Formats: sequence, structure tokens, C-alpha cells
Amino acid sequence: MGLTEFFRNFLQRNGIVLSVFLLGAVGFWIFFLIVLPQIFMFDFSFRYNLPPAEVGGPKDVYTISHYKFLVYGSAQSADSYNYIDLSVFVRTLGAAAFVTLFDLAICYPIAYYLAQVAKGGWARLMVLSLIVPFWVNEILRAFAFRIIFGTNGIINEALLSLGIIDDPYPFIRDNIALYAGLGYAFVLLMIFPLYNAIESLDKNQIEAARDLGSPWWRIHWRIVVPFAKPGISSGCTMVFMLTAGALAAPQILGGPSSLWFTQIIYQWFNAGGNWPRGSAYAIVLLVTCIAFVLVMMRVFKVKLGEIAR
Amino acid sequence: MISDRLAKYGVLLFVAMFFAYLFGPLIIMSITAFNSAEFPRVSPWDCFTVEWFDVLVNDDKLMDGLRNSIIIGIGVVLLAVPIGLAGALMLMHVGQRVRPWYYTIVVSPILIPGVVLGISTLIFWDRLGAMFNADYDSVFYDGIFLTIIGQTTFISAYAMLVFISRLQRFDPALEEAALDLGATNVQTFRKILLPFLKPAIGSAAVLAFLASFENYNTTVFTITSESTLTTVLASKVRYGINPSISALAVVIVVLTLFAAAVGEIKKRRTEAFDKAIAKAVIEGTDALSRLGRKSNRLVDPAFAMIVLIFVAGIGTSYYAGTVGVDECKTAVDEAKRAEVQRRVEELRSRRMFQGAQPGQQQAPASGTSAGGVDAKGTEGYRSIFAPTNLEGQVKGENESGAAPSGATAPAPGTEGYRNIFAPTNLEGQVKGESAAPGDEPNAPAPDGEGQPGDPDAAPGTEGYQGIFDPTNLQNQVKSVE
Repeated sequence: MGLTEFFRNFLQRNGIVLSVFLLGAVGFWIFFLIVLPQIFMFDFSFRYNLPPAEVGGPKDVYTISHYKFLVYGSAQSADSYNYIDLSVFVRTLGAAAFVTLFDLAICYPIAYYLAQVAKGGWARLMVLSLIVPFWVNEILRAFAFRIIFGTNGIINEALLSLGIIDDPYPFIRDNIALYAGLGYAFVLLMIFPLYNAIESLDKNQIEAARDLGSPWWRIHWRIVVPFAKPGISSGCTMVFMLTAGALAAPQILGGPSSLWFTQIIYQWFNAGGNWPRGSAYAIVLLVTCIAFVLVMMRVFKVKLGEIAR
Repeated sequence: MISDRLAKYGVLLFVAMFFAYLFGPLIIMSITAFNSAEFPRVSPWDCFTVEWFDVLVNDDKLMDGLRNSIIIGIGVVLLAVPIGLAGALMLMHVGQRVRPWYYTIVVSPILIPGVVLGISTLIFWDRLGAMFNADYDSVFYDGIFLTIIGQTTFISAYAMLVFISRLQRFDPALEEAALDLGATNVQTFRKILLPFLKPAIGSAAVLAFLASFENYNTTVFTITSESTLTTVLASKVRYGINPSISALAVVIVVLTLFAAAVGEIKKRRTEAFDKAIAKAVIEGTDALSRLGRKSNRLVDPAFAMIVLIFVAGIGTSYYAGTVGVDECKTAVDEAKRAEVQRRVEELRSRRMFQGAQPGQQQAPASGTSAGGVDAKGTEGYRSIFAPTNLEGQVKGENESGAAPSGATAPAPGTEGYRNIFAPTNLEGQVKGESAAPGDEPNAPAPDGEGQPGDPDAAPGTEGYQGIFDPTNLQNQVKSVE
């Protein structure tokens, strides 16, 4: 099908006014909001950090120095690799994986309960009360965790008064508050894909397995989990990406000595004042996330449409 | 069966714990909004107050941010809903071969990290501005414009998904019938498609506004010199917090609960209506005529009750929060002062008993000035000249210093302190450590703990440099606290 033919058909079906609206809106979205900004950022990450007057001048040439910096660090430093940034990067991904598994572990039983066990008004009330906390601002939710886990927070006060510990436990320094807050922040994005997947499972299958004498864990392992696979992959992908790309919770809940990769990017854009280097780091984050989605699609054999729902 | 019942209770317990995890933080945060303490906390409870709501309303920065957030939210709705609609309709038109590619591109903004979207938007418009030689007051550098654009990138995709799910139930035959009957394309769109999509437009608009209002990751890059509610909040939370933020949370939680209750009641009403209609179809028109009265009776009292409860709750708490707050505050302040006084006396008398040296008298002073004396911290120094005590202390401090760095050496530093009261040793120590702690061979700390890469160990060893120096003791007390 030729392009001209497509446009002729399109025009014929929609008329001139609608065609202009559809093509204009979608074109603006795809080119000016999605594709071109990414290309510009990619291009920008290969340039030197120059003052505005020199942009476009003879010094404005391509370089991979920013990517080199992420791997090897600055030329003056004694280390052969940029251990600080690399370890932050690895730790961010590891922590994101941990938070994802944590969310999966606590959400799977709830999703199963909601979809298969709970009935009527009770189930509806539960779904509603799942949504309500997520209308509250992300920053306020992180703030709540800071109140709870602080040195004078309610958990420390309770443990102290019960005599379980003698000194306040540094939940924030040890990043426990951060993981709890991140897990909390994205619970909903794990539950709903799981819920949608499990809900469509025919109850008869479970009952048949039970009648045939299968223990409960085998029912889950052989029937529910395989059936819910698209939901699991979708939830895990969303939670992992959002956790790895989170900025507010690490800024508020992170310990003084621990950084999140997005915080390093943020620093290059603000205090660091090196936008090209910040975009190089952002590109690294973006490529990692794309790779992660592709791996998830391959491993769970699902389509992109099933992930982003 | 017992095991079945156990499993059932186990599941219920898990569900209860899950919802406690979900609501606990919000409840605790809401409670802190009514405590008069300067720092948001539940215990110790000072006084019930609503003054933090006044602080909140009078906070110009927050209110500025709120205004900007609303402007941006409206802008995003106006931009993202039409774009999402066009994107969803376009999906029906593109050919089979192009469709997966098209879908991948338009859905990708949901999966791209918000930080990346913000950065790419910022750079793109900055470069465009540079290309056109625009000056810095122009639209290319305007924080609000950039934020609207940046958020629209992914919020359009949300809106599109809402429209797609609605369009899946659309019967194209309707459109074709209208066209066959002579309607123009625009007429068909306006009279057939738009009315069908009306509920989806409503929910897409609400979703877009909420997503925009909540957003932080993209906004923090695109907002440049302006501010939104979320960026103001984030900087407030990061640099010093007070309960006025909890007060804001209370407002949002109450609004949310209210909206959820209203939405649920509305949903129930339509469902009851549908059920009644189905019944009427079966039983005849008589049931239909009863329907109107019944649904009104069924729903409106519940709605009125909720409104009443909210109003009454807000009213009472406001009243209770304004009456007697000042008296309560002074009482609490006095109680605190008395408590501090009591502790100081206690410490002083304890020190008197032990015949402490004048240098030690300063320790309690530093402790009380920090707010509350930590009894344990001072306890360790009660009999500070007993050698065994010192040893235990050294061990304790070394362990606490070594633990986070993962070193498992069983406190070799204690060895250096064992003969601490041998005069020569002391002399060497003072000399050695005051010169260069850690490098001197006869200093007590040239073991693994004193390495320059281990910052935690440094204060622990340094603290014993001149152990009879009163100021040093003071520092130690502080660090233990």
C-alpha cells in the first residue's frame, strides 16, 4: 500500500477537517513531543559542555567524553574506573529489582484474594480503598514514611518504649525507609495488572485441580501463575521502571550517603551545571530501561501492548 | 478442618496487614497535622491544634505553586485529551503493518522514565530557542509552557489508552449508517462518535489533571525557575519539615475520600437504576413508576450523611483546635522545662556523689542544651576513671564504628588502651596522637580501624587523645548521643 493511497483513503474517510485534526495532533505528538526531543537529547549527550556563546562554533564537535566519564571517571582521579557512579548505577538497578520482587510478593496474594476469593460489596470496597491512597501526592507519601521511620519516628518510639532496642535504629541511614517507601509508591501498579489477569481465570479450573487432589501451592504454581503471566510481567516491568526512574522518594527518604542514579542526573543538571553529561547519563538510564522491557518481553513472551495497559 | 480455618485466618491477617501498610502512613501523617509540636510527630503528644492549617494557607510559596499546578493541569487537559483522542482514532485507521510500530511509539512515553522525558523536553526546546535566537523571556524557556509540553508527552498516552478501551465497544456500523444517510464526516464525528466517547472524555480529563497535578519527575526538570506544588513540597520536605505539610496531606486525603465516596454513591445509583429498569422490563411499567421515588430515597440520605459527617468533623476539630491551645502550649512548655530541670538536678547530684572533677561538670550542661539528656550516654562516663569501664567503652565504640564498614576485627584497638594509666604510655599516646593520629607506630590506633578510608573509626580513636581534657569529654558525650 503506497503512502499516497493511504492518504487518499484517509482523506476520503474522514473529510478534510477531521484529517487535519488527526494528522496534526498525532504528528505534533509523535514528532515534537516524543521522537525529536529524544533525538536532540541523544545528540546533545555527545557534545562538550560549552558556554552559550561557543555553541555552534569551532569547538562544538562530537565527543564521547561524557560516557567515558561514567565508566572511567575524570582523568585526574586515581581510580581506573568511576566507582562512585557505577556503583550507584548498579545499586539502583539492584534495589529496583528488590523492590519489584517485594511488591510482587505482597501483591500476588492480595490480587488473588480480590479476584477469586472476595465477593460483592466487600471486594468493591477493597478495590476502592486500594486506589484512594494513590490519589495522595507522591511526595506526601514519602513524607509520611519519613515521619514514621525518623529517629524520633513512631516505630523507633514504639521499639524504644517496648525495650526492644536501646538506641533509635537508623532506618533512614540504612535505606529501610527508602525501600519501604518505594515499594509503597508503586503497589497499585503491581496489583492491577495482576488483578486483571487473575480475574479472568475460570474458577472451574481451580476447583477441578482441587478435586483432583492438588495442594494449594501446586494450584498456584501450575494454574494461576501461568495464567497470570502477562499480568506479572506487566506489573514487574512497570514497577521496575518506575523504581529505577524514581526521583522524589530517594531525595526525601534516601540516607545521607546513598544516592540514586536519577539523583546523579539531577545533580548534573542543577548543581553540576553540566547538561550534556546529565543527558549522557539519562541516555544510559533510558537504554537500560528499554533493554529491560525487551528482556521481559522475550522472557515472558508477551507483547508490548500487554505490558503498557 | 482446622488447617483450613487456620489458612483462612492467615489470609485475613495478611489482608489486614497489607491494608495497614497502605493506610498506616497516611493516618499517622494526618494525625501529626494536629499536634502542636514543631516537628511532625505523634508521640510525645503536645496539644491538639489546627494552627498548622493557618500556616499552610498563609504560605505564599505553596500557594504560588498551587496556582501554577492548576494552570499547568488545565493546560495539560486541554492538550492531552485531544491528542489522546486523535491517537486512539488514528490507531483504527493505520494499516495492519504499521500498527505495531505506531503503537510502540505512542505508548513508549508511559514506559520511558519521567526524568528522561523532562530532560529531553528541556533540551529540545532549549536548542530550538537557540536556533531561532529567542531571548530568555520567550516561550522556549518558560517553565510553565515547558512543563505542560513535557507532561503532555506521556499523559496523552494515558488518555489514549482510556479512549482505546472505550472505542473497542464502539460499533462502526453506526458511523457507516450515518454516512450512508448523508451526514458529513464532521457531523458524524460530532453527533455519533463524540457522544459515545463522552464518558471516556470525562475520565480522561480527570486522569490527565490528576496525573499532571501529581507529577514530580518530569516537572522538576522542565519547570526551570518557576515552581509547582510538588516542587515546592519536595524542597520543603528535603530542607526542614514542619507539620503544615501534614496539614496539606489532611486536606488532600479528605478531598480524596470525599470524591471516592461521591463516586461510589453515583455508581451505586446508576447500578440500582439499571437493575430497576431490567426489573421494570420484566414486570411491566408499574415497577418503573416506583423506580424514581425508590432510587431517590435510597441514595440521597447517604450522600447527605457523608456531607454532614465531613462538615461536622471539620467543624468540631476546628473548634477544638482553637479553644485552649495557648493554655495547653504553655502547660506543655512548662512541663518540658520542669523535666529538663529535673534531669539536670539528677545528673548533678549523681556527679556530686562520685566526687567528680570540675571538668566533668560541663558534661550535663552540654547534654541539657541539646534538649533531653540521654541517660545512657552519660551513664558510661559516671565512673570514667575505672579502667574496666573504659575498656568496655572502647570496645563498644570501636564496634559501632566498625560495623557499618563491614570490618569484623574484634576490636584490636582495645589493646592499646589496656595499660592506659601507665604514665609513660599516656605520654607517648598524647604526643603521638597530637602529631598525626594513625601514622605514629606507638600510637594505639595503627590497626585496621585507623585507616584513612574508614571515616567511622577516626572519631572513636581520636576521642581518647587527651582523655582528661574537659572539652574532649563534652564532644564525646555529644557523639554518643
